[in-house]
Amino acid sequence: MSTPVSTTGTAGRAGTAGGALLEVTGLTKHFPVTRGIIFRQKVGAVQAVDKVDFSVSAGQTLGLVGESGCGKTTTGRLLTRLLEPTGGRIMFDGRDITHLSAGKMRPLRRDVQMIFQDPYSSLNPRHTVGGIVGAPLRLQKVKTEKGIKATVQELLELVGLNPEHYNRYPHEFSGGQRQRIGIARTLALRPKLIVADEPVSALDVSIQAQVINLLEDLQSELGLTYVVIAHDLSVVRHISDQVAVMYLGKIVELAARDQLYALPRHPYTVALMSAVPVPAPVRSEGRRQRRERIRLVGDVPSPLNPPPACRFHTRCWKAQEVCRTQEPPLAELVPGHQVACHFPENTSALPGSTSS
Amino acid sequence: MPGTLLEVSDLRIHFPTGDGLVKAVDGVSFSLDRGRTLGIVGESGSGKSVTSLGIMGLHQGSSAQISGHIRLDGEELVGAPPARVRELRGSKMAMIFQDPLSALHPYYTVGAQVAEAYLVHNHVGKKAARKHAIDLLGRVGIPQPATRVDDYPHQFSGGMRQRAMIAMALSCDPELLIADEPTTALDVTVQAQILDLIWDLQVEYHSAVIIITHDLGVVAELADDILVMYAGRMAEYGSAEDIFDQPGHPYTWGLLGSMPRIDEARLERLIPIKGTPPSLINVPPGCPFHPRCRYAGMTDGRSQTEIPALHEVEPGHLVACHLTADQRRTMRAAQVLEEAEAPAVRMTQGDV
Repeated sequence: MSTPVSTTGTAGRAGTAGGALLEVTGLTKHFPVTRGIIFRQKVGAVQAVDKVDFSVSAGQTLGLVGESGCGKTTTGRLLTRLLEPTGGRIMFDGRDITHLSAGKMRPLRRDVQMIFQDPYSSLNPRHTVGGIVGAPLRLQKVKTEKGIKATVQELLELVGLNPEHYNRYPHEFSGGQRQRIGIARTLALRPKLIVADEPVSALDVSIQAQVINLLEDLQSELGLTYVVIAHDLSVVRHISDQVAVMYLGKIVELAARDQLYALPRHPYTVALMSAVPVPAPVRSEGRRQRRERIRLVGDVPSPLNPPPACRFHTRCWKAQEVCRTQEPPLAELVPGHQVACHFPENTSALPGSTSS
Repeated sequence: MPGTLLEVSDLRIHFPTGDGLVKAVDGVSFSLDRGRTLGIVGESGSGKSVTSLGIMGLHQGSSAQISGHIRLDGEELVGAPPARVRELRGSKMAMIFQDPLSALHPYYTVGAQVAEAYLVHNHVGKKAARKHAIDLLGRVGIPQPATRVDDYPHQFSGGMRQRAMIAMALSCDPELLIADEPTTALDVTVQAQILDLIWDLQVEYHSAVIIITHDLGVVAELADDILVMYAGRMAEYGSAEDIFDQPGHPYTWGLLGSMPRIDEARLERLIPIKGTPPSLINVPPGCPFHPRCRYAGMTDGRSQTEIPALHEVEPGHLVACHLTADQRRTMRAAQVLEEAEAPAVRMTQGDV
């Protein structure tokens, strides 16, 4: 994390280099929509995630970013196998875990853990902190050297909580501290991969920074691999090595962080970045000025009936006939930078002048 | 002053509870001219929402003890008869709430809710009110307002609901518009649309706007003046340039340092504020920020014992901090240097 990622050719497809801890190909999840009570008929499907490919190398962080309804949370739940994929393949640490049964998945749960968004609803209010953080050890019947209590206290210390608070209940802690408890629980089994679903979005700005720093410290200390799901582009830029931008169940752009933020290629990414409010007022002649930005009209279409071909064409200012009829594949435009668009932005800089 | 619409001075809103007195707002003063926007920034529990509800007179019926002055166009609202405040609310001042799904009634059509305030405050028939509602829905950018007016809130998307809320607030051309976290529940692209809308409407109506948010980006987009609140008190007040270019309070520095920013070089590490915001029942003595402040040790113990008074560091720029001007300058410079240290890769501001 602490070293800038090199944006060389293999960065976007580290999977082929052999270092990939997680490799996802064609991952798809369709939720059936049914009608009728006795004779349930399938009348459609919500295409939450549709043929998504990516890989994450060990020790790296992949950021999944997009607006609500883009399928980023569903992707996270598929990776942790909390949901059964409709199609595609998930390879974790060289094993195909796509359709493992709950029983077969159980030993793997040690290696794949999740951090949840809401620190209020993800901790059982009737259990003590010790019980919550120690639960994974008990469930997995892990024998630790010094016993569960000592291990839990070590974990609490690791995430910056007072180990004396072992016997307290979640309601005695603030939001940021609760999120730390959740992180301690996640770390209990020393996982290899952590899927963090909006880990800081429920927290205040000053606390958010504490938790982000904690996640980074833990990564470098324990060699963790993260998949971070977030809607906040600034947060994703800060913690990710690779960033995947999702729109309506598809990855529209995937690149190394610095490459993506310096020269976004997909019009949606460009629009998304220009929409982020920047804490620097624009002024001229003493009056505040409006920031120039690309305005997307309307809302994200329903994933029940996504637009054909390129799913972004209904809101895209560059859309042409071909966008309505032919789906752009996620192609490598420059080494390590994949874009699914017929008319990508920032192409004048192609290809020699990029930082690779 | 002719242009001043709202004057708040020494506003205190306290709630007696079983555990002690909660001083949710403790001595807040500001004034707001027509056509200007004030941003109130703070973390949860800083008293920003309680302040706005106090201005709207929405603490009546609760146990709140309110003192100080709120003058709207010269008229005192603290202690005013509830019937009078009710007359003003919705007509002269209006509010946009954070969560449009819970602020809109699921049982009534959007049109009925937009028309309600207009019906109450003006002597018009239902037909005229409905027509007014359609006009307003069109004005806030809802497509086909004549048919959407009969929809229920659940048939609207999040962004459209927030537009409907704005239409409700605008139904009587309010002179003061308070927006409490108007975009927090929305996606960034929709947030950008709503911020643009608030901007356009303010220019059109020439109203005074208070925007309450935890997001420094949102205030930078909209606000002329900014009030930073901490634990119910004013930490800093000034123009947007003052706050962003020469912030004077260590808390404001902390807020700026803890934000990952998309427009600048990526920081290798964020600089968080240590600790957590205090409980309002047990506000630390002296400067409420001192347990979290890196510089509290530099004030010869005054931070721990003495509540810092708000003083003018530059005309119109008020800071409540014991640090001397020199200390503040050196410490701020040191912090900026720390933030600038070893950025991973300089980000080029593209044509975004």
